[in-house]
Amino acid sequence: MPDATGLELIAHELRDGNAEAVLGTEFARDRAVILAAPEHVRFVIRSLMDKGYTFIPSVHGVDYYPEEPRLGVLYEMMDMREVDRISVKARVSTEDPRIPSITDLFPGANFDEREVYDMFGVVFEGHPDMRRILMPEDFEGYPQRRDYPLGGEPVLFTYNEEKNYGRWQ
Amino acid sequence: MEVKREVLGSSLPGMDPKHDFRARQLAARDMLRGDLEGEALEQYVRDSVLTTTVDKAVAWARGNSFFPLTFGLACCAMEWMHVIASRVDLARFGWEASRASPRQADLIILSGRVSVKMAPVVRRIWDQMLEPKYAISMGACCSSTGVFNNYALVASDKFMPIDVHVPGCPPRPEAVAHGIIRLREKIQATEKPGWRERYDAVGTEEILSEETIARQSAADAAIGVFPGGDTAGVTGA
Repeated sequence: MPDATGLELIAHELRDGNAEAVLGTEFARDRAVILAAPEHVRFVIRSLMDKGYTFIPSVHGVDYYPEEPRLGVLYEMMDMREVDRISVKARVSTEDPRIPSITDLFPGANFDEREVYDMFGVVFEGHPDMRRILMPEDFEGYPQRRDYPLGGEPVLFTYNEEKNYGRWQ
Repeated sequence: MEVKREVLGSSLPGMDPKHDFRARQLAARDMLRGDLEGEALEQYVRDSVLTTTVDKAVAWARGNSFFPLTFGLACCAMEWMHVIASRVDLARFGWEASRASPRQADLIILSGRVSVKMAPVVRRIWDQMLEPKYAISMGACCSSTGVFNNYALVASDKFMPIDVHVPGCPPRPEAVAHGIIRLREKIQATEKPGWRERYDAVGTEEILSEETIARQSAADAAIGVFPGGDTAGVTGA
């Protein structure tokens, strides 16, 4: 992990390359996060890739309801030589959840981006195969969003009959 | 202390001669020679022939020789492996020969959660099995979606008929063996082997329309699924 100073240095370096790319930094519990503008996320990831973070273990989504913009896409990047990690976070709104795809830089991000699309509805522009990956293709809605109903079958047990009655209605 | 010595199979005083092994052996020899007549022949037939109906005999045989499908959905499949293995030993009931093809199997054990996406696949496997066929729903997930009671799962009763539900999360192998014994009782007692007759579902067969078949074969061609026998694997398109 870069420490807080190292994170600021990286952020400055990125701002030198593109003044609008980095919106801010977060450093909490020894975890360094670069807040990237969604339209410039490819620049940020490309620059970090050139700095040695050549591996993306995970791309995942978060719903920060009720904060706005609600959705977040997190890219965990890793430097395998220095064993060093940094996260890139891009926030998109639910009205227009679009972000450029990084599949051409990291082919392994292909399925991760499809899963974020499946669960949160973030459309990755430039992805070669933007389809659902876990849910059936005719499934409606994005189930990991906070406003998506839990679903399921009403199951009542004697101990929760009073407490849970009507949960599924 | 008095020691009594007896010849094996000899009749004890006062015992019915038909329980005497040697006497029955001699009677069988006489019958084969054609020496047995009249009351003795009647008695011989009464002692050695069991009358039943063909249906009952077939049901008895069917319940004692089953071919479960080699099929696992999730963690319950681990318990199912244990049921087949030496400690619980399903071979005692004649159920141990798992078939790898649904067309050779007559029991499907849904051992795990069935997701919305997997349900059509499971249903298709069930439809491919030949009658008479039976289904066991193993574990809480499959019967009621269990702890995963949310948008992603579907209870197995919603898309196929289940004969026995085995509760548990996962069920102990003994519980599965109990479920299997209950299913055997059900098979041997019922006179209707077909599942549509068992569950009043005659007339619910889904027959595809010409239009649907044409659409599906067009979709198959689009993603490169070719009919059986087409070894070239390339169409004109």
